[in-house]
Amino acid sequence: MIELSHVSKTYEAGVKAHALKDVSLRIESGEFVFIVGDSGAGKSTLIKLLLKELTPTEGSIVVAGRDLNRMRHREIPEYRRKIGCVFQDYRLLKDRNVYENVAFAMRVTDASKKQIKRRVPQMLSRVGLASKYRSLPGHLSGGEQQRVAIARALVNHPKILLADEPTGNLDGHNTWEIMKLLNEINQDGTTVVVVTHDMEIVRAMNKRVITIYKGAVVSDEEELSS
Amino acid sequence: MRLSSLGYNIRQGFKNIWRNKMFSIASIATMAACIFLFGLFYAVTVNFGGMLKNAEKGVSVTVYFDNNATQDEIDDIGTAISKRPEVRSYKFVSADEAWSEFQKSYFGKHKDAADSFADDNPLKDMANYEIYLKDVSKQSALVSFLEKQAGVREVHQSAATARTLTDFNSLVQLISMSIVIILIAVAIFLINNTVTVGISVRREEIGIMKLIGAKDSFVRAPFIVEGVTIGLIGSVIPLVILYVMYGRIIRYVANRFNALSNMFAFAPVNSIFKVLIPVSLVLGVGIGYIGSRLTLKKHLHV
Repeated sequence: MIELSHVSKTYEAGVKAHALKDVSLRIESGEFVFIVGDSGAGKSTLIKLLLKELTPTEGSIVVAGRDLNRMRHREIPEYRRKIGCVFQDYRLLKDRNVYENVAFAMRVTDASKKQIKRRVPQMLSRVGLASKYRSLPGHLSGGEQQRVAIARALVNHPKILLADEPTGNLDGHNTWEIMKLLNEINQDGTTVVVVTHDMEIVRAMNKRVITIYKGAVVSDEEELSS
Repeated sequence: MRLSSLGYNIRQGFKNIWRNKMFSIASIATMAACIFLFGLFYAVTVNFGGMLKNAEKGVSVTVYFDNNATQDEIDDIGTAISKRPEVRSYKFVSADEAWSEFQKSYFGKHKDAADSFADDNPLKDMANYEIYLKDVSKQSALVSFLEKQAGVREVHQSAATARTLTDFNSLVQLISMSIVIILIAVAIFLINNTVTVGISVRREEIGIMKLIGAKDSFVRAPFIVEGVTIGLIGSVIPLVILYVMYGRIIRYVANRFNALSNMFAFAPVNSIFKVLIPVSLVLGVGIGYIGSRLTLKKHLHV
């Protein structure tokens, strides 16, 4: 499903800096995987590479059978629609309400009005925000905003969900609510990749954990229990 | 793009204009000023052109015949003149007509002075063809053609007048074109600025759109709508102002410069706006479109 072979990413701003060094890993369809590491370890670079925001300096990345190195610029939008993504800062459109934020992800795919009207309420019910569809993001709690972001990420039925520090701005209660939701999404068949540095939730979830340290994969464990 | 998506993007374009109110107003105002000046120059140029054409009508070429030229030769010259494309009209002036015209012009009330010539026509060798041209810049070509014709003694032309009129016409066109080009460049620059501000305000939103899987055309569409709308509003406003003002300006100029209005008629409002409306709209919308496309290419990398 996701396969990285000897991937390196080097940034050149005066001096060369290795964000990722010779990373090889494979994530199967339907898996739930944590990618952990300290700040600057290269976790976000990995997410950016998977979203085709960046191109690897060396190595190849294959996602859902597509070699990202061979992907043309005009093919990127179609590819990204198959991958849902959630970020620490939610990245919601602040001037649009909850419904519009989720509908927006469908609009960019040229979905019909009928499809949007059917699917957006379904998705909002799924994340427990059906009653707040008219609220603006600024009027919601952090946990609620992250739920909107998850609803937006899932509305186009992606095969993979990438979550970059999804609980980084949330309190304990909301963190667990979001993790519970991500787990449910995974149980429905979506591959979930969560990037985090919160070892407490990693231990509690009992999932596969890939640890990155200074740009290299240092461990890959099936379960990391407390 | 689906019709509903198109509608959505058009609404977003209008929202962009509203969000960047000050820059949008500045762009519309500049565009309006550019189109207004363009319209003004166009109206002035058309009227000036009319004035020059009027002056050109009075410029003629006169062909005199050899003393021993036969009627057939004179007729042949007439046929040759009629076939020339630059000729607007021509007429044959007999020696008697030439003398009668001369008497009217020079003796006026003192008819007795003319009578002293009795039947002796001092202009008996001055029968001629009087030729009026469509375009005075072609005068010298016609003159050299006529000089080669059999039976032609002499060709009179007002070369200096023709050259002055032609040069003046070219100068007016050159100045008008230069000003229009400068105005277009200024307008594109301003639309560029407005869209750049729009992009910087919405950079985050654009980033989100791209991550979600929006195609380049979907990201671009609201900005194109913004540029085109600014161009459209910026061209409609000056057209309305010019339409209202044109009649008043004509009346003012006619009253202020009596001599001018006696000499020629100003171009009617409909004939000016028949051209000005489509050209201004195309110019406004075109500048808006090109301005926003250039900015998108530079700043979005989409």
